[in-house]
Amino acid sequence: MRANNTLRTTVLGWAVALLMFFPIGWMALTAFKTELQAVSTPPVLFFKPTLENFAAVFERGDYLKFTLNSVLVSFGSTFLALALAVPAAYRMVFHPTPRTGSTLLWMLSTKMMPPVGVLVPIYLLFRDAGLLDTVTGLVIVYALMNLPIVVWMLYTYFKDVPREILEAGRVDGASAWQEVQILLLPLAWPGIASTGLLNVILAWNEAFWSLNLTTSKAAPLTAFIAAFSSPEGLFWAKLSAASLLAIAPILVVGWFSQKQLVRGLTFGAVK
Amino acid sequence: MAALTLRNIHKRYGGVHIIKGVDLDIADGEFVVFVGPSGCGKSTLLRMIAGLEEISEGDLAIGGTRVNDTPPAERGIAMVFQSYALYPHMSVRDNMGFALRLAKVPDAQIKAKVDRAAQLLHLDQLLERKPAALSGGQRQRVAIGRAIVREPKVFLFDEPLSNLDASLRVQMRIEIARMHERLGATMIYVTHDQVEAMTMADKIVVLQGGVVEQVGSPLELYHHPRNRFVAGFIGSPKMNFLACTVRALGAQGVSVELPGGSRVTVPVDTAGVQPGQPLTLGVRPEHLVEGERAGSGTLNGQVLVVERLGGSTFLYVDVNGETLTLQVDGNSRTGVDDRVAIAVDGAVCQLFDATGVALTRHDRHPLADLGRHRAA
Repeated sequence: MRANNTLRTTVLGWAVALLMFFPIGWMALTAFKTELQAVSTPPVLFFKPTLENFAAVFERGDYLKFTLNSVLVSFGSTFLALALAVPAAYRMVFHPTPRTGSTLLWMLSTKMMPPVGVLVPIYLLFRDAGLLDTVTGLVIVYALMNLPIVVWMLYTYFKDVPREILEAGRVDGASAWQEVQILLLPLAWPGIASTGLLNVILAWNEAFWSLNLTTSKAAPLTAFIAAFSSPEGLFWAKLSAASLLAIAPILVVGWFSQKQLVRGLTFGAVK
Repeated sequence: MAALTLRNIHKRYGGVHIIKGVDLDIADGEFVVFVGPSGCGKSTLLRMIAGLEEISEGDLAIGGTRVNDTPPAERGIAMVFQSYALYPHMSVRDNMGFALRLAKVPDAQIKAKVDRAAQLLHLDQLLERKPAALSGGQRQRVAIGRAIVREPKVFLFDEPLSNLDASLRVQMRIEIARMHERLGATMIYVTHDQVEAMTMADKIVVLQGGVVEQVGSPLELYHHPRNRFVAGFIGSPKMNFLACTVRALGAQGVSVELPGGSRVTVPVDTAGVQPGQPLTLGVRPEHLVEGERAGSGTLNGQVLVVERLGGSTFLYVDVNGETLTLQVDGNSRTGVDDRVAIAVDGAVCQLFDATGVALTRHDRHPLADLGRHRAA
């Protein structure tokens, strides 16, 4: 009975994992095909891999510049979001008011609105403020976009820090800032790290705002990929190569921080 | 210079009235215990003194200065939390020196003070460890050490021993009492354990439902409880309560008839008492005696349960449907289902009226005002 169950779980787990991995795996394969092989039916599974797509991609655009923009924008927005969210979450967890609960819900509700609904006002604001096609502009928009999630995640992580520890600090003479800096941040570090990492990934993969608010100077990797799907037609192999290049850095970061991320995400559950 | 005065202190949180007007004077160097059932507001009151909860109404003064709006660190207090609340990412040394470091005390001085406190609490070997590597009792000591290092005028303890096992609790109780003796600082100690209250306090404050029921020395509360709640809360096992009826009033006090028809005379004021009036007689388990005695009232009952502790034995006896607790000699041979006679000496009983208020005793118990030291 038990062995049967384990087998079923294993099979199901592999099936779901393969299903989820398939598009990415297929993309990785396609990146090493010629354009002709990429569109042939039935699809070719065995072929002689080629690097010509990567060469074409590097030739066409400045991959490094886009990557640098992606790094600046995703890490910059993460720091900004954390800088705003840490004090907010601290206040809500350790000095709540009767309205704290509804404030949290309201923050989350802003995520329910489709971004396109505010595209025009934000575009106009950015145009007038000279923020279009700037890294600063994207940093601001990404930080605000992810702020509700960051506050929510920090809120739950901070909840796991015993309030008596901060109170002991207060009795010992710590200011609110020292409470956060010396006591709260070190204690909630795994949670903060995984929140930050999630924010980096979300910002890295964001396409809507980057496509609409940047043209060339501040364009991140998502815009770089998109450039391969227009105007001359769809080049599947090159598109795949560009996509693979775009997700490579974040995959590496994710791989190395895997342990930290899992620990952070289960922080509250296992204690 | 660290007397405390609380004047008409209130705490409201949302629509809930938690502390309902507390007036209290705490003398310099006194060991005061707040005791009461859970939810009585004792911890809230302590946290208000610490500055961790706002005072909704009333005045709190420490050392003669009103401190309602003073931040905790500037009130001259130190607090020991129930959960110890050590800083888990710091060594014992850093935990104990944290307040001094924040106050920008020179490093050499911090080191000297931490070393001295550590020696006092036998923590000298553990200074470089993190709290996670300590036992419960050691963590408790670090928490106390962290308070001592600050040399506060007032120590606040919030149920500090409730996470320790029984034997360690007794040991720490003694250590805290000795520390109080040595430091001479004012200490306020919150507990729900009446044994801790009785053994450690100069003065006990009994709280219920956000109201002070009685303030007094341990023996004053034991011998002269103001009402039925205090009488039942102080003393272990709990005081027995019996319904009785007033039969006669006289210079000797009030004579009441017990269940079963025998009479006892309790030496209390007769003012406001009418013959035929129903009252409640309170008598402690240790004041009941097995067998009949001349001059005492008698109750008859059947033993339900016997608890033998060695030195003493508790008998739970059914008397007319009520269960009475008796504390008798450890060598008593009485067993379950035995029929026993119980002698009730009116001189050590209390009488409570229908509202639960105790009738005033004629004489004050000679030890009711005894201090910690015989001379005092």
